[in-house]
Amino acid sequence: MKIAVLSGKGGTGKTLLSVNLAAVSPESLYIDCDVEEPNGHLFFKPQDIKTEKVNVKIPQVDQELCNGCRVCVDFCRFNALVYVIDKLIVFNEICHSCGGCRLLCRKKAISEIDKEIGVVQSGKSENVRVLTGILKPGEPSGVPIIKKLLQDEGQENEDVFIDCPPGSACVVMESIKDADYCILVAEPTIFGVHNLDMVYELVRIFHIPYGVVLNKCLEEEENPAEDYCLKNNIPILGKIPFDIELGRLNSNGEIVARKQAKYRELFQNLLNKVKKEVQHETASNT
Amino acid sequence: MKITLPVDKKSKDANISSNLGRAPYFLFYDTETEEYNFMDNSAASSQGGAGIKAAQNILDNGAEAIIAPRCGQNAANVFMTAGIKIYKNISNSISENIAALKEGKLTPLDDIHPGFHQHGGRQ
Ligand code: SF4
Ligand code: SF4
Repeated sequence: MKIAVLSGKGGTGKTLLSVNLAAVSPESLYIDCDVEEPNGHLFFKPQDIKTEKVNVKIPQVDQELCNGCRVCVDFCRFNALVYVIDKLIVFNEICHSCGGCRLLCRKKAISEIDKEIGVVQSGKSENVRVLTGILKPGEPSGVPIIKKLLQDEGQENEDVFIDCPPGSACVVMESIKDADYCILVAEPTIFGVHNLDMVYELVRIFHIPYGVVLNKCLEEEENPAEDYCLKNNIPILGKIPFDIELGRLNSNGEIVARKQAKYRELFQNLLNKVKKEVQHETASNT
Repeated sequence: MKITLPVDKKSKDANISSNLGRAPYFLFYDTETEEYNFMDNSAASSQGGAGIKAAQNILDNGAEAIIAPRCGQNAANVFMTAGIKIYKNISNSISENIAALKEGKLTPLDDIHPGFHQHGGRQ
């Protein structure tokens, strides 16, 4: 079972939810795809860390062979190539490693070299295997790191939780595309509705079953995000209350479900609900 | 000498545009023949690397100097490699800047900003 957790912006409780769901599952794999700011590992503090580099290919030019035809310059839609006087210049940090320039060059003046764009770290925290993707600052795209992360599909007995990057850009699409189910996390504000709307649209485009978890809920307070769900028939999986103690433990980097029985129960119930939904969806799809 | 200015419309009373890569048009002015040539900036609509593409176009049109309020780091590198000088404009008016350049009153641009190459739009 592969569950992706997403939200329209950062700080909505996406990591809180994915970390704690992974913690209450008997055996799980937690994958942090928020490669620009991965912070799930700060909660899990995994042991036995193994680090693997992630490389992409970037073009290297043999100026002797290059005749200045500029086919490659005109082709590159990221504008990573410039021909200045009598030299082809590559802007490495803009190149998206599509490989097109090398294929197009009739003079075979372009070859490829490896460039490291980040790493994937794996480790273990009690019942949870933790995978973290880390993109180097300034790199144009985290997609290659996310691809590498998701090559690990989890063992038979593991529940997989994918902590997605915030927003709805291509890195998010890459993170959810093979998920069985998406959990959208929303805050009880007007902005929360706007952010929810972004990811709601995305999961519908991908035809992945989804449900919403409402975070920071106050009893007897208006909840525009809840109203939005009811109006659009979006299933609500559950609510995480606005709770000072939970907030404090969480901001101290603690996994609340491992700290206190009442939080364990909260996330256990959420997980049960999610599993039921996933089974229901798989049953109705066959 | 051929000089280039990023401008907001195709006429002599146009204002200088603040962003070199995204300016809608370029003026190519020849100080010898005093000819004005306006050109569409095909880089303006590009997804990324607009500054670099604009630099390539400016270079290909034989400019020897540029007058602009700001310039991105990557484009500046291209100009530097090509030996093209970048001057800071003194006002928004084309004619004032051209006159100032001819009198040697323009100073080199030092407002080179790092590019924004984040792809994917994190909010
Ligand atoms: S396509 Fe090849 S020969 Fe032509 S400019 Fe590019 S590198 Fe040089
Ligand atoms: S590999 Fe693709 S993105 Fe990179 S320089 Fe070549 S054409 Fe441009």
